[in-house]
Amino acid sequence: MSSTTSTLESAPVEPAGKPPADEAPPRAPIDILGALRDAGFSALIALGLFGIIMGLRTVQGTRGLEIVTEWDRVLWAAVIVFFGRLLLNFTIWREGPKRPLTALLPGVVRKQGDKVGMLLGGALIVLAITLPFLPGTGRYHIDLGTLVLTYVMLGWGLNIVVGLAGLLDLGYVAFYAVGAYSYALLSTYYGLSFWICLPLAGILACFWGIILGFPVLRLRGDYLAIVTLAFGEIIRVVLLNWSEFSGGPNGIGNIPRPSFFGLEFTRGEGGFADTFGLTFSTSHRLIFLYYLILILAFLTHFVTVRLRRLPIGRAWEAMREDEIACRSLGLSIVRTKLTAFAIGAGFGGLAGAFFATRQGFISPESFTFIESALILAIVVLGGMGSQLGVAIAALVMIGGFEYFRDLEQFRMLVFGGMMVLIMVWRPRGLISSRVPSVFLKTKTKVGSDMVGEGKG
Amino acid sequence: MSAVRDTLLRIDHLTMRFGGLVAIDDLSFEVKRGDITALIGPNGAGKTTVFNCITGFYKPTEGRISLAHGSEAAFEQLDALTTGSQQHWQGDDTALYLLERMADHDVSAVAHVARTFQNIRLFGGMTVLENLLVAQHHTLMRASGYSFLGLVGAPRYQRAERAAVDKAKYWLEKIDLIDRADEPAASLAYGDQRRLEIARAMCSDPVILCLDEPAAGLNARESGELNQLLLSIRADHPTSLLLIEHDMSVVMEISDHVVVLDYGKKISDGTSDFVKNDPRVIAAYLGVEDEEVADVEEEVGL
Repeated sequence: MSSTTSTLESAPVEPAGKPPADEAPPRAPIDILGALRDAGFSALIALGLFGIIMGLRTVQGTRGLEIVTEWDRVLWAAVIVFFGRLLLNFTIWREGPKRPLTALLPGVVRKQGDKVGMLLGGALIVLAITLPFLPGTGRYHIDLGTLVLTYVMLGWGLNIVVGLAGLLDLGYVAFYAVGAYSYALLSTYYGLSFWICLPLAGILACFWGIILGFPVLRLRGDYLAIVTLAFGEIIRVVLLNWSEFSGGPNGIGNIPRPSFFGLEFTRGEGGFADTFGLTFSTSHRLIFLYYLILILAFLTHFVTVRLRRLPIGRAWEAMREDEIACRSLGLSIVRTKLTAFAIGAGFGGLAGAFFATRQGFISPESFTFIESALILAIVVLGGMGSQLGVAIAALVMIGGFEYFRDLEQFRMLVFGGMMVLIMVWRPRGLISSRVPSVFLKTKTKVGSDMVGEGKG
Repeated sequence: MSAVRDTLLRIDHLTMRFGGLVAIDDLSFEVKRGDITALIGPNGAGKTTVFNCITGFYKPTEGRISLAHGSEAAFEQLDALTTGSQQHWQGDDTALYLLERMADHDVSAVAHVARTFQNIRLFGGMTVLENLLVAQHHTLMRASGYSFLGLVGAPRYQRAERAAVDKAKYWLEKIDLIDRADEPAASLAYGDQRRLEIARAMCSDPVILCLDEPAAGLNARESGELNQLLLSIRADHPTSLLLIEHDMSVVMEISDHVVVLDYGKKISDGTSDFVKNDPRVIAAYLGVEDEEVADVEEEVGL
């Protein structure tokens, strides 16, 4: 190869036969020929890739399907790739393609990451608490906030299983469903109130976490993921087909709405508005639901942060790091795994009960695999084990999902692009460093390169 | 220390087969309380397999592994325990455990047998201090009321955690890593990781500590420090040591008792001086038959 490629890749050794450069350039000079060649090559690949996908189209003609060629579209795609690549070569990739993308971050974020994180976390909490009373907040915003907080809570719950204990669970939505159906069935059959059903739903989901945890105790990694995925589907399919019990595909309707310590959100005497001397408004219930999920999410956060500093939390993280060492230190893997599954599932169950009371109607359609995948994506993108990261990821993913609703079918494209960007920029999630649970002198964060991802 | 030492661990007729391969063949030996016992032998002799059987990672095909807490008087109950179905017998201040019947975590948590690994197994992403706290899991778990009391921040748990940190500090000072307590374990140098693994095992209050090649990969100075550490454990703590080692400077300098394995069989058992001069041991290490030893020694000029 000639010198053109060597400057492009900023090779440390000059090719033989060329006199050493007189001045070591702080920035490599723009290698126009190399950049053009690179862009041309990329355009060729684009031609090959898009050729059939974009160039050929079938249309319904007079005699069946006919193939229409649209080579101009392929050409446009190749031209866009050519100039896009050229632009990248002249800007970001100028000093060689190996430059880390984190270097593009503002210096403040890189150097004062801790403080920025604290400020951001505080700002998010203040925003979450004051949201319903901010000027310009409508019903839509409160509803969206409730949805985001539900996923924040689910993300934090799954974070215990995936982030702390390192168990890849693809069927988390099963526990969400167990919680939702527990409340729906208990309240419609036995007339139990929401406040009795909420802890019951959590406990029942815990039990299901243990029941589903037992068979997968010996599985690790990919196998664990596949089996948990199957369990998630089993729960959904049972709910779909056991019509006498769960109403089948029709679901369960008329689920009682929660009351404010016995006060219903209804018009007229004895209602919430009447008792507190307010004018009746349907948004009271919305605001109440919003604060309910906010409290539940904070509960999840508080318990998780507390558990991390207890022996049980350290056992989870130790199990993620090295299972065999755990066994040699007397930690029962069975107990450690099952507690992680149970507690993670319990929070899923609480969120499920909330979901049922908020919607007033549930059916198996709400608990498909895509929900599990979404919650797992929130945990992975946020940074496994990081509470703030998961909250931000939930906000961006769920909020963004709604925000880009106008884009219709391109919504998924934007979404996919965002995920690719985050994974390129931060392969271990937004916040990937680990905060130690206890310290002697200084609390030093542990870099993501040292923290294990867990093998099962 | 008394001249006649108490028996701590008894291994009787231990056999371990993997399919057709006999890794350990009818092995019997004893470990005395307060001793440093070394288990040596050529590569593939079955030393690590013995460790895995003792610590519950393998279930032996045949044989009995019994451990006495308190005093060897507990071994009087051995026959009764063996014919029964119990895992252990509890006396007033003595206890007897049949390790081959116990699950791996119970061997550590209940019978207090700790071990280290040939390839170091630390919790790399956790700090040095956290590593030492994980080893005190059971004490802390009880103090935290199985997490329920700890969740509400009960003072009992906070006291227990302070005590656990103090214990960790004691060991960190002992292995000279107190200044690096808050760094991730994976960032330590190899020799430091070895010492940390030993300290972590000691934090679980073992009556016997099984060390699988503690000196592997250490330089001369580091293995000297290791000797000091092991001797001080024996002097200051009620912990007996059982170690697998290839480094003869470690074995001969510090061990009170050496057991030599070859092809899963015991070929010698005694003090380090006795073992050093045993022709069967020399034959095994030189890789020749017993009767050829004299010829080979003459050849190489021993």
